[in-house]
Amino acid sequence: MPELYTYAAARVHALEPTLLNRQNLEQLLSAKTYEECLHVLRSLGWEGGTAEEILSLEAEKTWRLMEELLPEPELFQIFSLPADFNNAKAAVKSVVTGTKADRVFLPGGSVLPEQLLKAVEENDFSGLPEWIGVPLKEAQHILLSTKDGQMCDVKLDRAALEAIYREGGKSECALLKEYAELFVAAADLKIVQRAVLTGRPQPFLTEALAECRTLDIRRLIEASQSGMDGIEGYIVYTPYADAIPAMKAGASAFDKWRDDRIMSLIQGEKANPFTLGPVAAYYLARQNEISMVRIILSAKRNGLDTGDVQERLRVMYV
Amino acid sequence: MTFMEILNNMGVPLALLGAVLAALLSGIGSAIGVGMAGEAAAGALTEDPSKFGKVLILQLLPGTQGIYGLLIAFLTLSNIGILGGSADISFIKGLLYFCACLPMGFVGLWSAKSQARASVASINMLSRKPDQFGKSIILPAMVETYAVLALLVSLLAVANIGKLPL
Repeated sequence: MPELYTYAAARVHALEPTLLNRQNLEQLLSAKTYEECLHVLRSLGWEGGTAEEILSLEAEKTWRLMEELLPEPELFQIFSLPADFNNAKAAVKSVVTGTKADRVFLPGGSVLPEQLLKAVEENDFSGLPEWIGVPLKEAQHILLSTKDGQMCDVKLDRAALEAIYREGGKSECALLKEYAELFVAAADLKIVQRAVLTGRPQPFLTEALAECRTLDIRRLIEASQSGMDGIEGYIVYTPYADAIPAMKAGASAFDKWRDDRIMSLIQGEKANPFTLGPVAAYYLARQNEISMVRIILSAKRNGLDTGDVQERLRVMYV
Repeated sequence: MTFMEILNNMGVPLALLGAVLAALLSGIGSAIGVGMAGEAAAGALTEDPSKFGKVLILQLLPGTQGIYGLLIAFLTLSNIGILGGSADISFIKGLLYFCACLPMGFVGLWSAKSQARASVASINMLSRKPDQFGKSIILPAMVETYAVLALLVSLLAVANIGKLPL
């Protein structure tokens, strides 16, 4: 029987009413100026001075809550992996190109950025966990031998997807398993979408795509050779048929499709009082709302049209 | 000592086993249930301590089965010469007391655990919709019906077995 997380689930359920809903986002959008938008945000309980401070404080608050609720960090490693691999990319590029690694590391990773830097500098990856040490070593080798920063990124991005998929597969939580599947499949679709739009060759896709249960990578690569129509011809028979219009519309529309799909995946957790699922759902809902607020603030700061932003607004958890 | 004599001496131990099971199983169910609901209550109260009164009622709901089990156990003990009554209990009577205690024991264990799950769900519902306290208490209280039915069966049986000419 999976372990029960009754306390943690009850606590996040008690916090759900404090999450931003669609009305709150509309309220933020209807603010006439950037300053007014910040004022509305503060009235909704988001503290901090500048927009960046507010956003990083909220992200930090979420991580602190997760640490408090889940004493074993490996339970939530699936969510720290993107930060870890982003930091790995930053570390290897910084060392190989000899540039100072300043403000390039993301918080929330399970491996310290200093550890990654030290490993690359000393060319000794034995102190790192295998799931990041091995791909980091290979990425460093690629960058040193080819000077191709993009291939180095591809190597680490694929390793990140594979690590996320492994973590999801290991988890006892059904939501995390499904999340990992969706995350990797959506990432593969996005890679193929970009490759088709930019005319990337087939070997690139072979290197970049990660295996998952719901997509046949070999068939997807073959289909991509016939352009977007070919991809459509394959995807229509997968669980991601509803992604076709978004894939055709462009990167931004696809991101919205992916985020909305994740929100629809986690909706059921609102009625789950026992497992890790509601905690994971709350974390994803927080990430979603932080990203929405970032989009709105950025639009307000740059004086973008409200209608354009409204189109990009994701489905909210509450 | 003949086999029948040995058998007749088993009356009190058998009735006692029934009493113990009624208290033990119901008690275990209630302990698990109140503990589980307590975890959820603690989670909800961490974020909003003002709901203490409402959440406490929901936490205590799965605790009633333990009390019912105790009641049946006391009643049985006071009928079989341990806390009162006559200790002259035949094997058949002992077996009847044993059987009479079983509904409370088993239904108590099962219903307390099930009620705890409903209570936990209701505590979460109350966190999200504080104005729905009435509904949130009715849902786990429905499970109580079956614990009360089992209590009635055990109670009526234990109270009347002594009157049988056995």
